[in-house]
Amino acid sequence: MVLDSRSNTTSLKKTPLNALHKEYGARMVEFSGFEMPLQYRNGIIKEHEHTRLAAGLFDVSHMGQGFLTGNDPGVAIEKLVPSDIMGLSSGNVCYTLLLNDDGGIIDDLLVSNLTVSKLGPVIYVVLNAVNAQAKFCYISEKLKNLVEVKPASDRALVALQGPMSEMVISRYFPAASELVFMQAKGMTYQGVEYFVSRSGYTGEDGFEISLPEHCAEHFVRCLVNEPEVELIGLGARDTLRLEAGLCLYGNDIDESTTPIESGLNWTVSKRRRQSRNFPGANLILEQIEEGVAKLRVGLLPQGRVSLRPGSSLFDKGGNNIGVVTSGCYSPTLKQPVAMGYLLKKYSEIGTTIYSEIRGRDLEIEVAKLPFVNTNYYRGK
Amino acid sequence: MDERRYTRDHEWIKIDKDIAIIGITEFAQEQLGDIVFVELPEVGKLLSKGDEAAVLESVKAAAEVYCPIGGEVIEVNDGLNDDPSVVNNDPYGKGWFIKLRVTDPESIDQLMDELDYNSFVESVT
Repeated sequence: MVLDSRSNTTSLKKTPLNALHKEYGARMVEFSGFEMPLQYRNGIIKEHEHTRLAAGLFDVSHMGQGFLTGNDPGVAIEKLVPSDIMGLSSGNVCYTLLLNDDGGIIDDLLVSNLTVSKLGPVIYVVLNAVNAQAKFCYISEKLKNLVEVKPASDRALVALQGPMSEMVISRYFPAASELVFMQAKGMTYQGVEYFVSRSGYTGEDGFEISLPEHCAEHFVRCLVNEPEVELIGLGARDTLRLEAGLCLYGNDIDESTTPIESGLNWTVSKRRRQSRNFPGANLILEQIEEGVAKLRVGLLPQGRVSLRPGSSLFDKGGNNIGVVTSGCYSPTLKQPVAMGYLLKKYSEIGTTIYSEIRGRDLEIEVAKLPFVNTNYYRGK
Repeated sequence: MDERRYTRDHEWIKIDKDIAIIGITEFAQEQLGDIVFVELPEVGKLLSKGDEAAVLESVKAAAEVYCPIGGEVIEVNDGLNDDPSVVNNDPYGKGWFIKLRVTDPESIDQLMDELDYNSFVESVT
């Protein structure tokens, strides 16, 4: 078999937790220009199951964190995204999309309305790692004279995900228990300012914690020593998010897909639909009214052979009707799962379509997303 | 001869008279990670050297196992259907893929022995 075992990681960027990953037996791989842990000694399936049952700890310091400051950064960033950021009150988090003028997705991001000790009220954003610096420059250029963009490249980011996350995190931040899904707050631990957000990328209840990079190793060692916690690599991060039906930027969404085609209509807020003042508004509002040609769907391969990104999808007559954008084995369902884009008329749940893997036809059922029910904490 | 030989593609082969048994190495299973499905050929199939002897699916990718020697498939490891993880847990034992009746058993002499394979693995990592 062909193994890609020679990893040239010398030119890659490293997170503040690089040495700790290696100490815990991580298999390091290149991801978005960073050397990141794919898995630790337990392997992807055990790490995945641990996150669904207890609490998994992820290093996501490669992601692009930054602060937008200015008179009213929430108003300013609405020029670039279709969501209601003006209406995002202090302490709340919003998933939104940076759009180009054709309605294509430049990135997906979390936007929080936070108060930071040295900066006061800010919009705190977390972008994907790929070209994060270039995207901060883009935001800065587009919102010139309106906001100042301060990339927080001296901060680490970790995620604690799973049903036991709250029990663990409250030992460090008692106030974290008061957050509900998509709320965030600055909290102090050992005299240092952390930003704790009840959010994540696994479908589970959980927290994302931003902290100064010089505190990262100590804090992560504390968490890893908690009996409920295991370190989890990017491999399980991908299987968890795919089961939860969440998009991976660059695979499932990119500049060639709009929020409507990708089924993220809810990111286009009601007020913004009326004011029509976001990039690509004409096309996106037309797609909401008239419908779209292609749609993101869930795919359940029948049998045990997995679908992989890039595979073409066919109808019974062999006509090309779509493409797979993500695919893996689901440790929870113990069968392959995938996502992709299909022509609208084939996108109804239950429709049978086909792909070809290794010269053989593979039958696929169009399925509802998420594959595994989400478990977010929305309050009692 | 009851000694394993190894390929540069991380398959192992063991020959007893004219029957060869084929699997992947400890290093290969580690690199692939959790194996979730193994596709095996039909009994009776004739394989040439370099043909696909099995396809392994891990959580994230598929990998082909190449046949290190030509022959006829006389048995496949059906146990892998129920529990493909034995490829991870016991790659040199219960994790074998196929048994072949070979015509030219001496041809595996060209393959690496354990010592050579170990230094080969060291050179590629």
